[in-house]
Amino acid sequence: MATAAVQEREHYLNASYGIKSWLLTKDHKRIGLLYLFTVTLFFFLGGAFATLIRIELISPQGGMVSSETYNKLFTMHGVAMVFFFLIPSIPATLGNFFLPMAIGARDLAFPKINLLSWYLLVVGGLLALFAMLAGGVDTGWTFYTPYSTTYSNSWVIATALGIFIAGFSSILTGLNFIVTVHRMRAPGMTWFRLPLFVWANYATSLIQVLGTPVIAVTIILLFCERVFHIGIFDPALGGDPVLFQHLFWFYSHPAVYIMVLPAMGVISELISTFSRKPVYGYSFVAASSLAIAVLGFLVWGHHLFVSTQSVYAGLVFSFLSYFVAIPSAIKVFNWTATLYKGSISYATPMLYAFGFIGLFTIGGLTGLFVASLGMDVHVTDTYFVIAHFHYIMVGGTIMAYLGGLHYYWPKMTGRMYPEGWAKLSALIIFLGFNLTFFPQFILGYLGMPRRYHVYPAEFQVLHVLSSAGASVLAVGYMMPMIYFIWSLKYGEVASSNPWGATGLEWQTPSPPPVHNFVEMPVVNHEAYDYSTVVEETHVG
Amino acid sequence: MHFLPEQASNFAPEVDQLLFFLLIVSIFFTVVIFGAIFYFAVRYRRRSDYELPHSQHTGMALEIIWSVIPFGLTMIMFGWGASIFFRESRPPDDAMNINVVGKQWMWKLQHMEGQREINELHIPVGRPVRLTLTSEDVIHSFFVPAFRTKQDAVPGRYSTTWFTPTKTGKYHLFCAEYCGTRHSEMIGWIYVMEPEDYQNWLAGVNPKMTLAQNGEKLFQDLACSNCHKPDGTGRCPSLVGLYGKDVHLSGGGTVKADDGYIRESILHPASKVVSGYEPMMPTFQGIVTEEQVLQLVEYVKSLEAKPNAGSAAEGMSGAAPRNH
Repeated sequence: MATAAVQEREHYLNASYGIKSWLLTKDHKRIGLLYLFTVTLFFFLGGAFATLIRIELISPQGGMVSSETYNKLFTMHGVAMVFFFLIPSIPATLGNFFLPMAIGARDLAFPKINLLSWYLLVVGGLLALFAMLAGGVDTGWTFYTPYSTTYSNSWVIATALGIFIAGFSSILTGLNFIVTVHRMRAPGMTWFRLPLFVWANYATSLIQVLGTPVIAVTIILLFCERVFHIGIFDPALGGDPVLFQHLFWFYSHPAVYIMVLPAMGVISELISTFSRKPVYGYSFVAASSLAIAVLGFLVWGHHLFVSTQSVYAGLVFSFLSYFVAIPSAIKVFNWTATLYKGSISYATPMLYAFGFIGLFTIGGLTGLFVASLGMDVHVTDTYFVIAHFHYIMVGGTIMAYLGGLHYYWPKMTGRMYPEGWAKLSALIIFLGFNLTFFPQFILGYLGMPRRYHVYPAEFQVLHVLSSAGASVLAVGYMMPMIYFIWSLKYGEVASSNPWGATGLEWQTPSPPPVHNFVEMPVVNHEAYDYSTVVEETHVG
Repeated sequence: MHFLPEQASNFAPEVDQLLFFLLIVSIFFTVVIFGAIFYFAVRYRRRSDYELPHSQHTGMALEIIWSVIPFGLTMIMFGWGASIFFRESRPPDDAMNINVVGKQWMWKLQHMEGQREINELHIPVGRPVRLTLTSEDVIHSFFVPAFRTKQDAVPGRYSTTWFTPTKTGKYHLFCAEYCGTRHSEMIGWIYVMEPEDYQNWLAGVNPKMTLAQNGEKLFQDLACSNCHKPDGTGRCPSLVGLYGKDVHLSGGGTVKADDGYIRESILHPASKVVSGYEPMMPTFQGIVTEEQVLQLVEYVKSLEAKPNAGSAAEGMSGAAPRNH
């Protein structure tokens, strides 16, 4: 009977049909799915490059591909993952879909601009993809000058322009979110009743709008030097190579927070829902998102400790870097305190949330190592740094993204995923991740430099362990891909609120109607008030 | 299997001690957080679908405790790391200098006595070694894990770092900054030797001229000496006793005559012209290599004014290391 009801009811997926109804849609939910499709392709593309890297590194002599190809593989892995997967991942998919619903809005403030930003990501992505297919790029995702402007013989310009175009997608999405949160909240949805997922995406949007133009300018300068030989970065032309690093990291360090803040937002939702308690220290968790967004702009120089940046600049950037650690620590402590005396469910999204807290804790604590000047001199540009940021970006962001996908899947598709398989995949991903990246901390401290195609044989054991972990991780990532698709047809039909969650998005049918809500929602209680939800949801 | 690289410099044990502090703090917080999550997850597992826990919104005392204590700990990390870094940036006056030029994909090293090496560096144990680094093309980074030191070699400028090797042996030298196709082959060995073995090694290589003498020969061959006359009667300023002094520039301002200034004056003579002289010197960019510039710099350093011989040493300590 429930099945029949779903088939008859009109919702955003069956309201119109045909390719045009998707490619010209202005519905934030459909655009969210378009993004989901796009970033998933880039995730598996970046993952394929990573697989080749890890296979190659099993042997210290590197026999499978040439050094030139190896350098292209790690560059394209970084470009695909950072610019075309991680940055758009949570905001553009889950944010696009759920930010308007969570505040009780019918859509984002600018639906056409929202569609435009998806097209910009696709055009930028296709340009980068063209560069990869045409021969690839070998500068590293960081494009350091003067290598990228004068010495590299690869598709630097096409790749950089792809990133430039995709950057506008990010700016427009951020702008759309900011205006939406300011102007389109439902009656009674005051700022301090906003779900923490909204706060996190709001803080992220500020970085996207303020930071991304700087990488756009940097790419234009890089273009001018590489194409027109105008001396900006290459000292042979009168430029300053370290200037590029300042400009690049002025965006790319805050970009780390573009990747991880929305993840923290997802985790706040998951921890609350699956322990049936409001997030402990709501206002501290909300404010820490804004603090991270602001402080994140003041620490870029910690990437330049050995770059010939002045000693005193190094001291200041190290000092400020520790300030940004505190709001992250506050979040972890508050999530943990939320569990105290909760009613804790072990549903898959919660397993991912546990995994996130564990891996983000290790990633964050090792961030304290690299922020310490004397330590960073030794470990910078080694595998220690690789391990550190993969704990944040893969252990943090991707765990939260997958946790969020499982959590919101019933709402997005109207179907439940298979719980047993999902739990197994969460476990495999957690174990595979640690086996892949933990040995890299040791490798790095032992002195193994990053971006090395061939390496001394003494590092082989740890590399083999890491590659073994990567194969486990690959299996873990394939599983959700398969069972999510399977569930679209065979999954159990989802109720409107399968988790007993509190947000407005759970008070409308699954999948939601075209305009999100049957009637205009009115908010008359604080965020995460479980007192009414529990009885309503589990009537039988 | 080893978990630490060998400790072969004065900085290595210091960095490892900082590592142990960081590890202890990290392990403590990891155990506390993992332990709390695990305990709460088991102790407060959901027992019925209708369970509604008592909710507790915030506790100001807790928020303050878990902000202030970690902040205090991070300030120790900051101070400790900063102290090591600050000393790494201040080479002692009696350090022996080695010039390092990075080039795709090799390390070229010059001893003051004139010996030159590629991808190998021989140094004596127990004596401070100061590196002056630059690059001919892209950015490279001189990394010796056993010394816990790393410094970028950036084209267009000089950078410095230093260390005192404390243990004889053969240690890895890596390029740590990605520099193109054969980046991972830009590696070499540091040989730390007993002082007498080092002297034997120096004698065995037996170059005809010291670095400064090489510079002097270049100075003649490139006809620099036609204009830069030692008595100041030439069309260009005398270079005798110049190193380490303040130079007055035309158009106002002064600049300290350190390695970077001399390099710039050879390659971009028009950018800083000495007060009272015409900007008539041609550029030597493309004519001299970075290694030759370093030899010329060494020659200029050796031109001490006879009356007060102390000025050069003064200038040496005044040159800002790490900060080009």
